[in-house]
Amino acid sequence: MADVPDNAPEHCPGTTSEQAGKTSACQGCPNQKICSSGAARAPDPAIEEIKEKMATVKHKILVLSGKGGVGKSTFSAHLAHGLASDVSAEVALLDVDICGPSIPRIMGLEGEQVHQSGSGWSPVYVEDNLAVMSIGFLLSSPDDAVIWRGPKKNGMIKQFLRDVDWGELDYLIVDTPPGTSDEHLSIVQYLSSAQIDGAVIITTPQEVSLQDVRKEIRFCQKVKLPIIGVVENMSGFICPKCKNTSQIFPPTTGGAQKMCADLNLPLLGSIPLDPRIGRSCDEGRSFLQHVPDSPAASAYEQIIQSIKDYCTYRSQHNGTDE
Amino acid sequence: MDLNDDGGGLAQVQHVVLVLSGKGGVGKSTMTTELALALLHAGKKVGILDVDLCGPSIPRMLSVGRPEVHQCDSGWVPVYTDASKSLALMSIGFLLENPDDAVVWRGPKKTALIGQFVSDVAWGELDYLLVDTPPGTSDEHLAVVENLRKHKVDGAILVTTPQAVSTGDVRREITFCKKIGLRILGIVENMSGFVCPHCSECSNIFSKGGGEELAKLTGSPFLGCVPLDPQLSTSVEQGEDFIKAFPESATFSAISNIAQAVLTSIENA
Repeated sequence: MADVPDNAPEHCPGTTSEQAGKTSACQGCPNQKICSSGAARAPDPAIEEIKEKMATVKHKILVLSGKGGVGKSTFSAHLAHGLASDVSAEVALLDVDICGPSIPRIMGLEGEQVHQSGSGWSPVYVEDNLAVMSIGFLLSSPDDAVIWRGPKKNGMIKQFLRDVDWGELDYLIVDTPPGTSDEHLSIVQYLSSAQIDGAVIITTPQEVSLQDVRKEIRFCQKVKLPIIGVVENMSGFICPKCKNTSQIFPPTTGGAQKMCADLNLPLLGSIPLDPRIGRSCDEGRSFLQHVPDSPAASAYEQIIQSIKDYCTYRSQHNGTDE
Repeated sequence: MDLNDDGGGLAQVQHVVLVLSGKGGVGKSTMTTELALALLHAGKKVGILDVDLCGPSIPRMLSVGRPEVHQCDSGWVPVYTDASKSLALMSIGFLLENPDDAVVWRGPKKTALIGQFVSDVAWGELDYLLVDTPPGTSDEHLAVVENLRKHKVDGAILVTTPQAVSTGDVRREITFCKKIGLRILGIVENMSGFVCPHCSECSNIFSKGGGEELAKLTGSPFLGCVPLDPQLSTSVEQGEDFIKAFPESATFSAISNIAQAVLTSIENA
């Protein structure tokens, strides 16, 4: 879980490791002195700063998946839209997918820029009660590639949490990239004092996806991140012409249902494939508002309600932690 | 670095092709697997290096199970799919004790393992080495490109799905290729249309034409479209050879045309 500075050699043990400053890789590293003194092993002061910043944020939810392209960003965006449909709720969506930020387009905010204010970076607002932050707002062209190694990505995530003027929030939803690496460790580490309510895990029905998702669940267990539940996305396709269902991504090993039963996790619901979901995302509109009477929209609504219930239950039973 | 380096385990590898995408879940591993099989059936000796360390899919897609990786004098012996040894694989999937183990590694550790994968695997004689990558433009991509620098890389195949959310990420991957001087062999549009098996109606579940548009926009060759096909998803799920099993399907001809285009592009370069 160690931090590795930008200028560290390849085999850096991490500044918070017991071996910091002492391994053969440390020879010649500009940070060797400070590492071997043990000063770097103290917790990052940003963790406390972030805790203070997050004191006005009631619920923090991560959206995770070991697998790419299963619909993490689509789900995060619609969870945010769904929660914000209650006008009394203040909702924010943070995109920590640094190399592939999809949130600006899905939220209809492509080309928007972040503004600097006295109290930090201002997020971009979709509605009065729905704020969004993504590295996409910091890029000048849609061709810009963010070719960054881990430490720079981590620094960006720290800034997103500490330096954005989030204000008072009921929900902060964090959309993540696939995998179990820098971005995931960082977000969990930086929010460790501020407490995360839990993670929603997204998968598709086929084993090729589930095998990566099981790794993500292991990751959550390792870092002691509570799992709110699992969502099975792209679950069957109903032909708009003949109304027959096809399993485009077949659940050859029993799908999310079997995995949840095996691992004793709640299955929050299954969302069918619907071409209108992808189209809504491309056009930056909320599918829930656009096609509210579809089976996919009602699946979304049910899942969002379960997540709300989880958060309410948690704040009632965890009141003493605050 | 040793200037007399013979290219390590890659000394007898003729061509190296990367399979990239800015976006996850667009079918990089599926495309890598099917292209490898298509090249194999065209009589080539093929290797696949899977550098997706957090989500390795290749072992399952070729149903090789989880054999132990052995050492020989010239390095790690890759895993072969059959006795003829014409398809060689290396993946972190072979190095994990438990298949559900999460590889919770930050960049530097990933970079170190990729360095070993490039230099310490005894690939032997290969016509093509395909490198399957995770999504993004970060540690793994830089590591693989840096480690392959002393060896010639023929280029990259970029995989996208048709919708704008995906082509937007692949646009960034193209910038990455241009920045590091990696030739783009072409763009594949995957999951392009779904033909209902009941009524033959075609639904564009993830839109249509985005890959071709992206190719035009960025001046890259367009290699072709591969439809959404449950037979293909089932084949990769069960590790069956789709190319052998469904030679009549439209998906098969799409994949073999792409394989042919890649071969032509490399051999005429």
